[in-house]
Amino acid sequence: MELRVENLRASLGGARVLRGPSVAAHSPNFIGLVGPNGAGKTTLVRAIANLIPFEGTIALDGAAVNVIEARARARKIAYLAQGAESHWPLTAERLVALGRLPHLEPFRAPQPSDEEAIEHAMELADVAQFRQRDVLTLSGGERARVLLARALAVEAELLLVDEPVASLDPYHQLGVMEVLRAYVDRGRMVIAVLHDLSLAARFCDRLILLDEGVIRADGVPAQVLTPENLRSVYRVEAQIGGEGRNFFVQPMKRVE
Amino acid sequence: MQRHSYLLVNLGLALLACVFFVASIYVGRGGELLVGKLHAIDETDRSLAWLILREVRLPRALLGLFVGATLGLTGAALQGLLRNPLAEPGLIGASSGAALGAVLVFYFGLAAGSAMLVPFGGVVGALLSLGILYLLAGRNPSIVTLILAGVAISAFTSALTSLALSLAASPYAVYEIIFWLLGSFTDRSMDQVRFAAPFMAIGAILVASTARGLDALTLGEDTAATLGFNQSSLKARAVLGTGLAVGAAVSVTGVIGFVGLVVPHLVRPLVGHQPGRLLLPSALAGAALLLAADLLVRLPLDGPEPKLGVVTSLIGAPFFLWLILRTRRETP
Repeated sequence: MELRVENLRASLGGARVLRGPSVAAHSPNFIGLVGPNGAGKTTLVRAIANLIPFEGTIALDGAAVNVIEARARARKIAYLAQGAESHWPLTAERLVALGRLPHLEPFRAPQPSDEEAIEHAMELADVAQFRQRDVLTLSGGERARVLLARALAVEAELLLVDEPVASLDPYHQLGVMEVLRAYVDRGRMVIAVLHDLSLAARFCDRLILLDEGVIRADGVPAQVLTPENLRSVYRVEAQIGGEGRNFFVQPMKRVE
Repeated sequence: MQRHSYLLVNLGLALLACVFFVASIYVGRGGELLVGKLHAIDETDRSLAWLILREVRLPRALLGLFVGATLGLTGAALQGLLRNPLAEPGLIGASSGAALGAVLVFYFGLAAGSAMLVPFGGVVGALLSLGILYLLAGRNPSIVTLILAGVAISAFTSALTSLALSLAASPYAVYEIIFWLLGSFTDRSMDQVRFAAPFMAIGAILVASTARGLDALTLGEDTAATLGFNQSSLKARAVLGTGLAVGAAVSVTGVIGFVGLVVPHLVRPLVGHQPGRLLLPSALAGAALLLAADLLVRLPLDGPEPKLGVVTSLIGAPFFLWLILRTRRETP
C-alpha cells in the first residue's frame, strides 16, 4: 500500500496547525511521528483518518481518503485514539470484535473470516486470556492491549495509533511496541505518535519530526534524532548512544 | 454460544410479552376473565363480550405492546447514543412536546369534538419540538449540546403545559388534562391505535437501523467514525426515530414514566452490555413490563383504577434507586 500526503493544511479553532507537510510511504513501514507538544502530530493523524477537514492531498493507493466511501475507508485505515476507552463494560472479546464492524454485511452475522481476525488480533496483542473478562475491570496496561487488539482486528493496511504507550509502565510499553512491530512485519503500515524517543528510535523504521506544523526532519531514527534537532526542536540537551535496536536518547537538561 | 444465548434471551422475552398480551385481552376489572362469556349461550351476552374484546381490550393490549416496545427500544438507543445510563426517551423533548400538543387540544375544548384530535395534537407537538431541537442543536451536535437543547425544550413545553392548566377556563378541562397527563391505556380506541402505530413503526425502524453504529459508539465518536459510521446520520436517525415513536406513544397514552429508563438496565447484563444488541430485547422487555403493569392496575375491584403512568413511576423509581445502590456497591 502507498500513502501519499501532499501540502497538508489544517486548522483547529482558527489557528493553523498543519502548514503543508508532505509524506510519501510504502508498506511495510513503521513510522514514528515525533515532535514537541502542539507540533501537530495528533492533527496529522486525525487528518489521515479523515476525522477533521483539511486542505491538500491525502491518498491511499492513489485514492483520496476524503472521497473513499466511509465503510471502504474504515477497512483500509484503523485508528486507535489517544487515551482510548470503552464506555460500557463489554468483555474483551466483544470489544475486540467491534473492530470487525466495517467488514460486516447488513443483516448478516459475522463470518468465519471475522472470527479468525478476532482470534488473530487477540493472539497478537496477547489478550486471549482475558477474553471473558469485563474490560473495565482490567488493569490499565491490560486494557490498553485489548483496545489495541480492537484496532488490529480491523486488519487495515494502515494503522494509526496516537500515543499508544503514554500511560503504560516500561513492561507494557515494550509489549505494545512489539505488537505494533509484529503488525508491520506482516506487511502493513503503522504510523504512531510517540513521545518516548528511545522507544520510537528502537522500534520504528522511519521517524518524522514535526514542529509547528512543518516537517523538520524525516528519515531513519539516527538521522532524525541528532543533537542539533533535539536542541532546536525539543529545546533539550540529550545524551544519545547505541545503534539500531539499541539506540537511546536521554534528555538531560533544558536549553533556554 | 454467545449467539445462542442471545437468541434464548429474545425468545424468552418475546414469550413473556405474548403471555401478558393475551392476558391483557382476557383479564378484566378485578381479575375477571372474559373467556366464558365469549362462548355464552345467550346471543346478547356473547356479542357484548366480543364487542368488549374488539373495541376495549384489543386496543388496550395493542397499546401496551407498542408503547412498551417503543419505550424500551428508544430508552436503550438513547442510552447507547449518549453513552449515558441515565438517558431516557423524554430527554430530547419530543415527549413533553407531544404532551403540550395534546393538552392544548383539551385546553381549547376540542377533545369532545373528535377523540382523534388529541393524538393528532400530540404528534404535531412532537414534530414541532423535534424541529426546534434541530434548529438549536444543528446537524452534528455534540452530546452536551443535544442534551442541553432537549432539556431546554422539555422545560419550556412543560411550562406551557402548566400555563394551559392554570389558565384553563373550565374545571372540567383541568380535570381532563391532569388525568390524561398521568398516563393510561383505558378508553383508547382502535382508531387511535391505528393513527399512532405508523409513527411508532417508522420511528422503530429508524432507531433499529442505528444498532451497529451504537455498538461502535462504545469506543467514542471518533473511533466510531473511523469504523465507517457517519456520526451526523447516526444521531439524526436515533433522535428523529425516538422523537417520532415516543411522541406518537405519548400522544395516545399520556406520559408513562421510568419504563424507558429502567428496562434497558434490566436487560443490559443479559446481552453483555453491548448497546446495539440491547435494542431488540429491551423493546421486548418494555412491552412485557408495560403489559404486566397494565394488568396490575386493573386488579383492584372497587374505586377508580390507578393511572398506569403513576404505577410505573411508583414501581420504577424505587427500583431505579436500588439499581444505583447496587452499582455503587459494585464499583467502589
